[in-house]
Amino acid sequence: MMRLRQIATTLMAALREIFDESAYMRFLSRNQICSSPRAYAAFLREQENAKARRPKCC
Amino acid sequence: MWLVVAAFCAYALGYRFYSRFISAKVLALDARRATPAERLEDGRDFVPTNKWVLFGHHFAAIAGPGPLVGPVLAAQFGYLPGTLWILIGAVFGGCVQDFVILLFSVRRDGKSLTEMAREEIGIVGGFVAYAAVISIIVILLGAGALIVVNALKASPWGVFTIAMTIPIAVFMGFYLRHLRPGKVLEVSFLGFIFVMLAIWGGQWVSQTPAVAPWFTLTAPTLAVIIIIYGFAASALPVWLLLAPRDYLSTFVKLGTIALLALGIVALRPTLQMPPLTRFVDGSGPIFAGKIFPFAFITIACGAISGFHSLISSGTTPKLIRRELETRMVGYGAMMCESMVAILATIAACVLSPGTYFAINSPAGIVGQSPEAATATISGWGFPVTAAGMHALAQAVGEQTLFNRTGGAPAFAVGMAHIFSSSLGGQAVMAIWYHFAIMFEALFILTVLDAGTRVGRFMVQDALSHVWRPLGRTGWYPSILATSALIVAAWGSFLWQGVKDPLGGINSLWPLFGICNQLLATVALCVATTIIVKMGNAKYSPVTLAPLAWLVAVTFTASWHKVFDPNPRIGFLAHARQLASSTAPSHGVSRLIFNDRLDAAVAGALVCMVALILLESISLWVSVISGRMQARVREAPFVPTRFAAEEQG
Repeated sequence: MMRLRQIATTLMAALREIFDESAYMRFLSRNQICSSPRAYAAFLREQENAKARRPKCC
Repeated sequence: MWLVVAAFCAYALGYRFYSRFISAKVLALDARRATPAERLEDGRDFVPTNKWVLFGHHFAAIAGPGPLVGPVLAAQFGYLPGTLWILIGAVFGGCVQDFVILLFSVRRDGKSLTEMAREEIGIVGGFVAYAAVISIIVILLGAGALIVVNALKASPWGVFTIAMTIPIAVFMGFYLRHLRPGKVLEVSFLGFIFVMLAIWGGQWVSQTPAVAPWFTLTAPTLAVIIIIYGFAASALPVWLLLAPRDYLSTFVKLGTIALLALGIVALRPTLQMPPLTRFVDGSGPIFAGKIFPFAFITIACGAISGFHSLISSGTTPKLIRRELETRMVGYGAMMCESMVAILATIAACVLSPGTYFAINSPAGIVGQSPEAATATISGWGFPVTAAGMHALAQAVGEQTLFNRTGGAPAFAVGMAHIFSSSLGGQAVMAIWYHFAIMFEALFILTVLDAGTRVGRFMVQDALSHVWRPLGRTGWYPSILATSALIVAAWGSFLWQGVKDPLGGINSLWPLFGICNQLLATVALCVATTIIVKMGNAKYSPVTLAPLAWLVAVTFTASWHKVFDPNPRIGFLAHARQLASSTAPSHGVSRLIFNDRLDAAVAGALVCMVALILLESISLWVSVISGRMQARVREAPFVPTRFAAEEQG
């Protein structure tokens, strides 16, 4: 049961990383701010610059 | 099922023994060495990440429609050549390339492939890597767009579903921005439900005579729409639309791959395609040319893909927590991608060969009418009837399935066939088909908008050396000009494919394969050079062997594509045939020009890669003979704190 829970936790962590939820959390903690529409807009602006240069594989 | 088991065994052996040998002997992974994620940690680009989390992240970045499309097209030779190449190519080539490039980038603070090529090989190496990357992006986008056009032409259901992803993405953007900031997984799940509703609604659209014509578009119309979309996505500030669509497509992609894997393992479909078909002689209807070299450039992603070296030297090396973990992330994630290619082979080969060839063969080869096409294909020894194809088209909710070149429709029919034998039966076959079409089209469109932006930034970077303002990413004249340049480049390949009576994919996909494998050649040149400079020349065959194979494959394929006297293979022969057999007109002149352009692109790429190869060989000889003192440009050694933490 413990093992299953561990797998589920890791899977969720991977999904959070893939879908940038973890990146948003790091952004909030780096800038010492709480989640809000304004904070998310600022995060998206930062992401846009980074992501636009990231190739996506075929 | 035995194919899946065989693949699993091959990967297990490769990972357990070969990757271990590489990590211990060739690369000498060092558990005590700090990675850039640890040394340069900034919470943004450099973040030490759990190995399983990073494995998923890396896999999501390298897996796209490539491993699904290539194996479907290569199935024209039978299931055996493609399967063997996927397994052997991945274990000894693709996984090795991803692994070593990832490790070398980690040891160089996450430097890109072009930077490593410039520093380790020389200026020519850097320039060739840059040119190869730009070329592959342009041709990939042209080929990808053509696959979407061929999947959606005359398909009101498919067009409606894809059109609906725009309002769904706008809703997701609003939700993320104002209702639940940052809850991407949650909104992606909601978006997925809406997309499923859109697929269901598409059936109503396709069956309603008053609405269906609005969404029934010809190939040229779709091509124009996609070109406008690509330009808008690159030049306009539509990030709030594109980001949620990107998340949605990733969500659907991971779900589809998982579903396909579960479906094949649980339902164990029977392969109907023979191990080898008569088309091993090079007379294939989908693309002309013999197994060597064409099977090996048709399947790139899934066996070895140069594009992966960009990901392995991009985001991933900045997230690796321990050097030892590069083995699992680099080698392991590529094994999973290779397994996806095996699943795609199975999806294509569960179709009866007659059905497979009827879907994938262009009208220029099998004939315009259903009767002519079925007679031609049956004449090859693969029985199929016009009535049977009509019934299949009805079952999947299409007007016709003939001449749907590009691989995506055949994959979708195969997937629908597998699932309809249990989940929901024949009644929901159309839903499965359109789910697969939607997944591929949506994903390719996100590759298209991301790729156009990446290409635009690369051109802006290069032009900034000519005139600095052109490099400013916020300056609109530069944005518009460079976006137009990139879109015009891939748009011209798309237009050429749409107008090609042989279906377009016949010339575009091999060109894409050549580009992709040439990029892998560049990556393996960089890897071999570093191994030689590390003083490990005796182990250089680990990268040298796949490099030699790729040189043989890509150079032979390029030679055939340019000079082969068969007009179905050689670009120049095709141009000569057009010039001699038809009255000159504007359309024919353009086709001739396109053929010559394709020949020039293939020739130029091969010449550039030959240059980097010669420069590398000269460097290896100098280092091995002692005429030159080797100096690798790794970041200085810093001990990791994680090792002490683990021991403590």
